[in-house]
Amino acid sequence: MDSESIPSIAVQFRAVERHFGAVKAVDNVTMDIYDGEFFSMLGPSGSGKTTCLRMIAGFEQPSSGSIQLHGKEVAGVPPYERDVNTVFQDYALFPHMTIADNVGYGLMIRKVPKKERDRRVTDMLELVRLPGIQKRKPSQLSGGQRQRIALARALINQPGVLLLDEPLGALDLKLRQDMQIELKAIQQQVGITFIYVTHDQEEALTMSDRIAIFNAGKIEQIGTPADVYERPSTAFVAGFVGTSNIFTGEVARTISGESRAFTVRPERIRLCPPSTTAEAGIRAVSGTIRDVVYLGSNTRYLVDIGGKDVIVTQQNLETTSMHVIERRGEAVTLLWAREHERPVAVEA
Amino acid sequence: MRSNTPAPRAPWGLKIAAFAGLAFLNVPILIIILYAFTIEESAFTFPPPGLTTQWFVTLFTERPDFWRALLLSLQVALAATIIALILGSLIAFAVHRRNFFGKDSLSLLIILPIALPGIVTGIALRSSMSLFGVNFSTWTIIIGHATFCMVVVYNNVIARLRRTQHSQIEASSDLGASSFQTFRYVILPNMATALLAGAMLAFALSFDEIIVTTFTAGQQQTLPIWIFSQLPRPRERAVTNVAAIIVIAITFMPILLAYRWTQASSET
Amino acid sequence: MSAVPQPVSQTTSERPAPPKPSLLRRISTFFHAHPTLTLIALLSLPLLWLFVIYLGSIGAMLTQSFFSLDPFSGRVVRTPTLSTYQQLFTPANLDIFLRTVTMAAAVTLACAVIAFPLSYYFARYASRRAKSILFLGVMLPLWSSYLVRVYAWKLILADEGIISWVFTTLGIRGVLDAILNIPVIGGSSLSFSFLGMFIVFVYIWLPFMILPVTAALERVPNSLIEASGDLGGKPGLTFRKIIFPLALPGIVAGSIFTFSLTMGDYIIPQIIGNSSYFIGGAVYTFYGTAGNIPLAAAFTVVPIIIMIVYLLVARRMGAFDAL
Repeated sequence: MDSESIPSIAVQFRAVERHFGAVKAVDNVTMDIYDGEFFSMLGPSGSGKTTCLRMIAGFEQPSSGSIQLHGKEVAGVPPYERDVNTVFQDYALFPHMTIADNVGYGLMIRKVPKKERDRRVTDMLELVRLPGIQKRKPSQLSGGQRQRIALARALINQPGVLLLDEPLGALDLKLRQDMQIELKAIQQQVGITFIYVTHDQEEALTMSDRIAIFNAGKIEQIGTPADVYERPSTAFVAGFVGTSNIFTGEVARTISGESRAFTVRPERIRLCPPSTTAEAGIRAVSGTIRDVVYLGSNTRYLVDIGGKDVIVTQQNLETTSMHVIERRGEAVTLLWAREHERPVAVEA
Repeated sequence: MRSNTPAPRAPWGLKIAAFAGLAFLNVPILIIILYAFTIEESAFTFPPPGLTTQWFVTLFTERPDFWRALLLSLQVALAATIIALILGSLIAFAVHRRNFFGKDSLSLLIILPIALPGIVTGIALRSSMSLFGVNFSTWTIIIGHATFCMVVVYNNVIARLRRTQHSQIEASSDLGASSFQTFRYVILPNMATALLAGAMLAFALSFDEIIVTTFTAGQQQTLPIWIFSQLPRPRERAVTNVAAIIVIAITFMPILLAYRWTQASSET
Repeated sequence: MSAVPQPVSQTTSERPAPPKPSLLRRISTFFHAHPTLTLIALLSLPLLWLFVIYLGSIGAMLTQSFFSLDPFSGRVVRTPTLSTYQQLFTPANLDIFLRTVTMAAAVTLACAVIAFPLSYYFARYASRRAKSILFLGVMLPLWSSYLVRVYAWKLILADEGIISWVFTTLGIRGVLDAILNIPVIGGSSLSFSFLGMFIVFVYIWLPFMILPVTAALERVPNSLIEASGDLGGKPGLTFRKIIFPLALPGIVAGSIFTFSLTMGDYIIPQIIGNSSYFIGGAVYTFYGTAGNIPLAAAFTVVPIIIMIVYLLVARRMGAFDAL
């Protein structure tokens, strides 16, 4: 994105709400999504992110508030009149049609002539790296292949906005990680706004330009991956995006002298021998290692500082064996830089 | 959920019971077929005193009333099936996925034509038809048949609808298809075999129906009515058995097809 | 799969034009925005049929039950009265109801008992091919002519028929005679007795029980049975606590048919016995020969009420999903 020009807004939510009876699935959501960005909506199940996506697509209507696509209000506009396409969680490929007919479906509806259709379908299959399978049926493809066909089917119409509803959920880890990189590359190549729903925070961090964190129908924070990870604004965000240590109440006061809650990321904390003194700007807290979990590339320590367990992760730079387990019960001092303490809002 | 683990060995007692039941069901049919060849006119004694194919000839050459009745039954079944297809599908589409006031009552109501004894339907229809001075004709027969045939179509269509991924319909809409286009390109192909199976079952049901037909017919004779009129006549029994074989043959095909069609789609 | 795709020679395609507006699309959008209207449009025709033609007819008939038949003129008197309903409570008529319901219950029970092993075998043990054979073996009788099958049994049960012949050939003719001498269910011959009727009823309605029960048993996941065994349940226990309760909706669904069909049938009692002893036959006689439409209508109220109650209970037990 050109940092000098103000990017145009692709999707705009203003005070959008969606009620199901007494339940507020979406509660006063306001956000702007810019053209050309990879925007993720992240949150646990039932947090309202999928409902928001479906409202953009037109499968649901907001109970109140306004949604605009490129400046135009879309209330009451059916999905087939919106310049939006969706990649569904279960791919939703048409089982009775060939791959070519599936991918070319949107063009067929638009009465694009057959020759032109075939050409575009071929190009699109190249883009998702599944060339030559026009004549197959969806039942003959693997999960990863079907996912890419679903993507091709949506992209071929060159929509203003592409919606993706947890498309990688059904794939195994390795495949998922490869697809994340591919999706990001395709988005940058094609330049279309991608709006991506997921509950996997690692996925969101990997792919997104910006992330909106959802919780119980509300947005807790919108920002770049670095923003939400290093400067979480609420305890929920701190806990949901990566692991975090949240210090509140008495414990917080003992450490920092103030009763304000704050969080520190586990990888920012160093394990040092007991009675290490801290320099200026560094906090020192003494404790005992209660548990150790060896995770291959790093090790996670659970340190009891009296009244709270602190999670500390250390990369296994030098320790390459499982001997770390034997550190249980060891007395240590925890050190972290004060600037790595992030104040957070904690729900009452 | 079909079990696709390899079938374990069944206890032999169960196996015997199962095949005995199957035999119980089918032996009488074989007996009918046997009796169609008996020399005896009245087709009564066992074992049959002799075998002949003369009754086939008799039926084909000397009994135009049989062929008239057969034709009428085919016409009625066809018309009733078409009406049942339309009405049954409409209800199935309306009931599926939407919760509306009275939906529970509707799903009870739709089964009534088949759940209530045929004599109730028959007498009720006859009463109101004579009340309104409607002449009993082929059309009154068709109306009676369509009423319970639509239940069969409804059952088939709603079962298929429940098995269809709803996201496909959303995907089609998302890609720019209006509701009509979605119906034509996505819903209808998915429904096709369910509709056909329902149609086949409705056809067979109508073809064999006697009770409601008796009350809603005027002077017309459908095939079952014809058979019923023949049965008290001892000398006609052998010919009637031949007619029965023809009936079996006619209804057998659609049922087989209906089975094939519902099986095929449950595998995709 | 390489981590980053090579840049594809991106075609300079223009954006495909949006779908052209048309009348159909506008109608579609209209219905999309008005879901209730869509519902009404879908339901109006079939509901019209069901309510006006079907329910209306039944209602018209039921109103007749509040009229009465003038015994002298033989004409229907159209003044509302309960006298016709009072006639339902004569001992003879109560007899008819009791007899019919008992027969229906007995037939239902017998069908369930005979169908269950068949269904169980084919749902759980049969191969794909065997299942096809089952289906054909059950469907063929079902869709062969009802009348012809009933009459076939008349021949089979007759004194000159097969069963007689078998008993005589085996030398146990005496057993047959003894059975026929049992009061109430026996008769002059099997083809003219309640026992004979019972056999024919069971035979004719059996497929209606087999199909839903098989379907219900097929739906019992193997994993449940394995889990039960894994947790220490013997086969008998697994059957009683797991399999049977899950198959029950199918049995209830099948029983809807067997019960209802037996209650209203007048043809089998007519062919294999004295039809006037059953509801179906009584209604037929009152309506047809006696011209006593009010009484016929009043009579039908009994099976209607029984079936509606039955359906409500069956729905509660989940039988509707097993249809």
